[in-house]
Amino acid sequence: MGIIETMLAKTRRFKVEIKEAWCKGCEICVAFCPKQVLSMGKGIAKVINLEACTGCQMCEMYCPDFAIKVIKDET
Amino acid sequence: MFPYEKYLRFSKFPHIWCTGCGCGIILKSILRAIERIKLSKNDIALVSGIGCSSRTPGYVDFNTLHTTHGRAIAFATGLKLAKPALKVLVISGDGDATAIGGNHFIHAARRNLDITVIIYNNHIYGMTGGQASPTTPIGKKGSTAPYGSIEPSFDISGLAIAAGASFVARATCYHVVQLDKYLEKGFMKKGFSLIEVLAPCPTYYSRPNRLGTSVDMLRWYKENSIPVEKARTLSEYEKKDKIIIGILEDRERPEFCEEYKKMAERIRKS
Amino acid sequence: MAKQNVNAKLMTGNEACAEAAIVAGMRFFGGYPITPSSEIAEVLAHRLPEVGGIFVQMEDELASMATIIGASLAGVKSMTATSGPGFSLMQENIGYASMTEVPCVIVNVQRGGPSTGLPTLPAQADVMQARWGTHGDHSIIVVAPSTVRETYDWTIKAFNLTEQYRIPVIVLLDEVIAHVNEKMVIPEPETITIIDRKRSTESPDTYQPYKQNDSDIPLFADFGTGYRYNVTGLSHDETGFPTNDPQKINALYSRLSRKLERYQDQIIEYKTEYLKDAEICIVAFGSSARSAYRAVRLARQQGIKVGMFQLFVIWPFPYKILGRLASQIKAFIVPEMNLGQIAHEVSCAIKSDVIKVNRVDGSLITPNEILERIKNVSV
Repeated sequence: MGIIETMLAKTRRFKVEIKEAWCKGCEICVAFCPKQVLSMGKGIAKVINLEACTGCQMCEMYCPDFAIKVIKDET
Repeated sequence: MFPYEKYLRFSKFPHIWCTGCGCGIILKSILRAIERIKLSKNDIALVSGIGCSSRTPGYVDFNTLHTTHGRAIAFATGLKLAKPALKVLVISGDGDATAIGGNHFIHAARRNLDITVIIYNNHIYGMTGGQASPTTPIGKKGSTAPYGSIEPSFDISGLAIAAGASFVARATCYHVVQLDKYLEKGFMKKGFSLIEVLAPCPTYYSRPNRLGTSVDMLRWYKENSIPVEKARTLSEYEKKDKIIIGILEDRERPEFCEEYKKMAERIRKS
Repeated sequence: MAKQNVNAKLMTGNEACAEAAIVAGMRFFGGYPITPSSEIAEVLAHRLPEVGGIFVQMEDELASMATIIGASLAGVKSMTATSGPGFSLMQENIGYASMTEVPCVIVNVQRGGPSTGLPTLPAQADVMQARWGTHGDHSIIVVAPSTVRETYDWTIKAFNLTEQYRIPVIVLLDEVIAHVNEKMVIPEPETITIIDRKRSTESPDTYQPYKQNDSDIPLFADFGTGYRYNVTGLSHDETGFPTNDPQKINALYSRLSRKLERYQDQIIEYKTEYLKDAEICIVAFGSSARSAYRAVRLARQQGIKVGMFQLFVIWPFPYKILGRLASQIKAFIVPEMNLGQIAHEVSCAIKSDVIKVNRVDGSLITPNEILERIKNVSV
């Protein structure tokens, strides 16, 4: 990743929560996440690269099942 | 980040819509628009007909009315006229709104009644198992068009414009950011507002027609949509089979509740 | 010079129906033109804006029935009026009103049927449709005046019944009642009882639109007053949400039918004349009842022991009451402008045959026709 992106990623931290009981495995979040933060694990979306998350919320906006949530990590 | 739970009847989740269905995507956009314009839940009435998208009322924490097939707009007319303070939203599918419900759709637009109609256009009857609908494209299959539809489709937005609606916009489930904006404008606009949203039906439209998954459909929308401003500069050939998105109509026209109120005041004075 | 009664008016049935609806508190009319009921819409198009009400002419009768349910959910007493062909188009949404228990009144001015039939001539052939027009087991109340004054009274009672029991009420007129001009004395307002639906006073957090209570009649809450609840035509539970749970479905359907059964005696109304010592009984409603009264009086003058039983409430049908009469009555005669509909119910009630006097040529049944049948029987 470029220097700017790593600096940005470090200062703002995000958590991505997946409600596995509601995820139906449509793969939309995986396909439209600009930073490949997500991937499919046994038919359910899962976070594989949280550091890359820029908090853009595309996954949350597209998820048809209200199963993914991007939270600003205030710690 | 977005507080969807504020507007949802959480105990009803997970919802019934299929994997990759557009209904959830559009519902989220509706809730974001409502949050942004700060509508109070007590003042919103969500009315729907019969079909997949029409199961939305059960999931949202408003005054919700799940009516009969095709008649949502007619029920909504009575609700709005009897209590104009209500912000009345109608959710309907392409079949529900323009096949069996077509008559009510064009007349409510003609009257320019202050309601916002959101039509989920997935080109098929989903709930009943994939029959062809008035927007199933020629050549595309439905369970009742096994050899491919031979019927031309409705231009739903065009129908509303011709009937007199004061605000008409079209988006797809890919263009969620624009959809948020069109919904906001539609909710705030005085008069009949239609927002037509193309939505994937992975189970009964994409699969039988070999159009891939919902991811493929969303990508297809991305590559085949043209903003209306650009489309005005293109030839018919260049626009063939493309989806024209954007605000297609935004005009001022007398609104039915207001005209009725003015008439009533005029009468009571005389 | 006779004392001028300032409240006396010359009115048609349609006009009386419209004015009475306003007195009953109706402030929303959604309708569609159809002979012979259009005058109801025309009067209300004039009057409703004057009294702060809403009149809308919808694009068809389906929409008319839908729109009055919408208005009623907003807390406004609402009504539509139509005739046979429109009444047929309204059936699905009448079923919706019955299933969701939304108060509303539907006036059906009967004309010759089926199909386009005799638009400008009377008939009484929609009796079974009024009861069973919409699909599935459902509750419905059907009332039938026979004069202009009775139309006035029974339109008000129709609103009281639908508000009280949250069951759709159908007012059956026919073309003659609708269009005949009669002198009518408008009753003083204080003599008229007006009933409004019972509203819930419970907090919205715990309110359930169909919560079971000992009256079997759910407490209403107006849309837009903080009670954010769900209404659906799907079979639903007490919370108003769809359910496929057999127990909950059973609970709903048994309550909906129980609601009609347990209050039957308060709902059913009829009028009798010369019945005490009668051996023959005429059972009739609407315009046919007027001919029947004349025939009964003529027969009595000729010493024939015949009595009159006029139905005001057709559904729920007074099976028990007529059943009790059977022991005293030798023959029941049922004149009606159809090929026999009420007749079936009367014979059910008395568990034997009835004598039918039927006419379907668009003309009223004359008193003499009924008198002839009375004489044949009494000989």
